[in-house]
Amino acid sequence: MLSVREGTTLMSTEKLTRREMLKALGALAGFGALSRFLAPYVYAGASPQPPIKIGLQAHRTGIGAVYGKWYERTARAAVKVINAQGGIAGRPVELIVEDDGTDPKRGIEVVEKFALEHRVDFIFGTLFSHVVLSSAPRAGELKIPYLVVSEGYHVASGKLNRWTFQPGITDVRAQVTAIAPWIVRNLGKRIAMIFPDYAFGYDHRDFFSAAARKLGAEIVALVPIPPTETSFTKYFPRIPRNVDVIYHVMVGPAVLTFVREMGEFFGQRRPKLFGFIDSLEGVDLASPGLEYLEGSYLWEALPRYAGQYNTPWEKQYREAVGVDANGASKTDPKDVSTYSHMFGVWETLFVIKEVVEKSGYRGPKDYRAFVETLEKIEWFEEGLAHPQGPKRFVGKIHQAFGQQFISQVVGRKLKVVHRTKIEDGMYKPEADYTKQPL
Amino acid sequence: MTFVSQLVLALLEGTVSGFILALMSLGLSLVFGVMRIVNVAHGEFFMLGAVLAWWITTATGSFLAAVIVAPLAVMGMAIAIERVVLRPIRYSPGATIVATLGLLYLLQQMTLMLYGPEARAVTPPLGGTIELPWFGYARYKLVLAAVAAVLLLATWGLVRATTLGLRMRATQQDPEIAQAFGVPIHRVYRAAFALGAGLAAMAGVLVVPVQQAHYLMGLDGLLLSFMVVILGGLGSIGGTVIASFLVGWIDGIASIFFTPTVARIAASLVVALVLVVRGGGLFGES
Repeated sequence: MLSVREGTTLMSTEKLTRREMLKALGALAGFGALSRFLAPYVYAGASPQPPIKIGLQAHRTGIGAVYGKWYERTARAAVKVINAQGGIAGRPVELIVEDDGTDPKRGIEVVEKFALEHRVDFIFGTLFSHVVLSSAPRAGELKIPYLVVSEGYHVASGKLNRWTFQPGITDVRAQVTAIAPWIVRNLGKRIAMIFPDYAFGYDHRDFFSAAARKLGAEIVALVPIPPTETSFTKYFPRIPRNVDVIYHVMVGPAVLTFVREMGEFFGQRRPKLFGFIDSLEGVDLASPGLEYLEGSYLWEALPRYAGQYNTPWEKQYREAVGVDANGASKTDPKDVSTYSHMFGVWETLFVIKEVVEKSGYRGPKDYRAFVETLEKIEWFEEGLAHPQGPKRFVGKIHQAFGQQFISQVVGRKLKVVHRTKIEDGMYKPEADYTKQPL
Repeated sequence: MTFVSQLVLALLEGTVSGFILALMSLGLSLVFGVMRIVNVAHGEFFMLGAVLAWWITTATGSFLAAVIVAPLAVMGMAIAIERVVLRPIRYSPGATIVATLGLLYLLQQMTLMLYGPEARAVTPPLGGTIELPWFGYARYKLVLAAVAAVLLLATWGLVRATTLGLRMRATQQDPEIAQAFGVPIHRVYRAAFALGAGLAAMAGVLVVPVQQAHYLMGLDGLLLSFMVVILGGLGSIGGTVIASFLVGWIDGIASIFFTPTVARIAASLVVALVLVVRGGGLFGES
């Protein structure tokens, strides 16, 4: 007991001297950028500023666990970088992670726990659309900014609320609109689509069909597949023999079966294949059964293999998260990342940093300033904060737009063959969140 | 594709999935028949079989090793579970459901911690496809069906023609009278539970080369197995096997004509209708 008391006394004395030192530092900071360099050393001692608390709603368990693992690793890496840069508005960032089990009901509970128990400043990082759709309304009721990294069109559609944003990753509608011309031009005009039988799949079905038809293509078959399906051969007869392209987007662990059975069914007579990397996130392209994808094309948001998008920022980001040149963990080459999604976690944290600093946010009473400042932002510049590339942000629909990549499977690796422009994926906003009251 | 070829494919697929389903459901049915308990964690034995198969195949390079070792390992685990979990609660039907539900989460989360959330595949021990005029079909799937058929026959033989089988049947009919006649029912329980787990694990091992091992895969088969066991009549081996094929074929054929979701509804509807007419299932006591 005695030693504890002594410790406390010692600490508080020290704090006093630190405070004095800080005053001096503050004066210095007024003269220039010195504070930026000194800040990390200040935090290393007793923190003079309360931390900014950010809650990561993570899919640690359940069907989204592969993504959850990498979202968490990316978030921790980003927080480390942000804190090393001096935190957010001079305050250190404290990351709190809660598991939602990739379950919509638990998602709501996690939002409540973050808002009422942990009292975080912001919640972010939700991926699976059914969890987003259940959690976002609760975040809106609790009036706490909720920044998702989900890809779904649900944010941009206007279905959610003024508290929900998606500034770190593009949505399915933008993705498919941007890549449709390349597919129709290079692979063919008779297209069959295989997609999951729920909201995420319908976004693909509706927006890709619309974009492709405009370009003169014909959608010859639509094959929805229930998310719990484990065998696929029985669906392939629905695809007419004379299609040019099979467009496939699948989510979940059954994708290896899917590709294998597609290979068995079509054999050498196969049409061209265009898929979404979503199917293969966390999966080694050299896995048995994936031979059949050789030569086929995949959409990527950020190329998994190093050097395919060669910028210093991408390199630094890859290094910071601990990803090797093949997109796997540096410590375990079999632990493959979800490279085309997790950058969104990184970028979203840097968006929070930028907006907090621009808006002068100090605590929940400043939420209005945070929301309105973010809604007014039009561009996020490419840099360490945005390694995937520059983003155009549309405040009305709370959605970011960015470039997309098309890669070919060559030698069981992915090689970028096309990069879209941001404007290729832009569409006319169908909603306006800024008109909703706060 | 012509109608005939589609039908051929649907029947082929229905048969293969019927065999897997039969292996898995037979274990569930045995455990229910002999022990009068519902093992909610049955699907996890299937999952453990698959995960161990991946591990063993990756470590030794031999799929055959996995076929032999994985089911035995799961059977060993089942014996321990019977002793540590089921016997202390005296196989009480209500408590067993709660206990095995807990077991389900325990096994699932332990696998998540040790094996990870990834889906992993194994190269089929027998590659290649058989080229039919309309489509290709994996050779391994036919082997899988044949192996499953042999195992089903062996299980049937065990229950019909061995002393253990006789004791199982006696315990199923009336545990108290069986005990009075000197049947060591605890040992019979243990054997039935281990056999059930072993069959599920074997189904898991066999599907890894055509599907993949994943920590949540136990849930996929569990619902269908329950459906099959109820449809076939609880505790009836023949009923379980026939019901497996019925469910497999209905699912396969209905997914040609309707959307997959409708196919699922159709299969469930058939089960419901059978139960309306025959409350005890196709071959069960009503």
